[in-house]
Amino acid sequence: MNVKFINPFLEGTISVLKTMAFVEPRAGKPYLKMDSLAKGDISGIIGLTGSATGSLAVSFSEPAIIKIVSNMLGENIKSMDSDIKDAVGEITNMISGVARKNLEADGFYIQAAIPTVVSGKNHSIAHVMGGPSLIIPFEIDDGSFVVDVCLAD
Amino acid sequence: MNEKNIKVLIVDDFATMRKVIRNLLKQVGYEDIVEAEDGVMALKALKAQKIDVIVSDWNMPNMTGLELLKAVRADSDLAKTPFLMVTAEALQDNVVAAVKAGVNNYIVKPFTAEVLNEKIKKIMEGINK
Repeated sequence: MNVKFINPFLEGTISVLKTMAFVEPRAGKPYLKMDSLAKGDISGIIGLTGSATGSLAVSFSEPAIIKIVSNMLGENIKSMDSDIKDAVGEITNMISGVARKNLEADGFYIQAAIPTVVSGKNHSIAHVMGGPSLIIPFEIDDGSFVVDVCLAD
Repeated sequence: MNEKNIKVLIVDDFATMRKVIRNLLKQVGYEDIVEAEDGVMALKALKAQKIDVIVSDWNMPNMTGLELLKAVRADSDLAKTPFLMVTAEALQDNVVAAVKAGVNNYIVKPFTAEVLNEKIKKIMEGINK
């Protein structure tokens, strides 16, 4: 996994959530994940192809995504509903868009597929490429989430 | 033109994204907002009432944002309706295609309420010159 991939996804995540959900995610130390178990309760996954190929997953804990989507919609959401599922897909799509734009500066031209959303305790994330994925952990006041990238150039 | 008097049509296949855009518009003073879930429904809404500006997603099933734009421009009753395209990325080919089809401006997600307002205001000022 190329370390050049870390910052575009990290910055993309902060930019999207700051702009659309008015939260300031705090990034933790990135690490490698060897299994396919998701780190959160709901995940958006998007396939990436081009000068690097693989997939991006964004996996949210329930309290974190409820806060994020409540802020995005200007509503007080209390439980995991269809709005949350749609929003996770949209957030994943936007993070991928900003990250891919950032990656262009390093000469990587990448296209994205349509995101899918998986939810439930202990769900798994099937990355396109298999193998270890890079986890960038984030915290907001209400909970945690991770960006889970598996990309090969 | 005051935001309160501008009737906005939001077109997006995701109900959640329509709510997000509605929420952003409300934050900057827009009150008259209608929604359509795809291009076909948008054309119906445009025929049924006077819309001041269309804010449409690019990627939609049935009729894409670009196809909606072309349909609007081809209809003599609707042709002059201001059109703001919402995209997840500013791909040059897409932007060129949209400009050729007569888009007034485009906005790349994610965006703030202020940027969205600025884009709409700029379009309305250009139209009313």
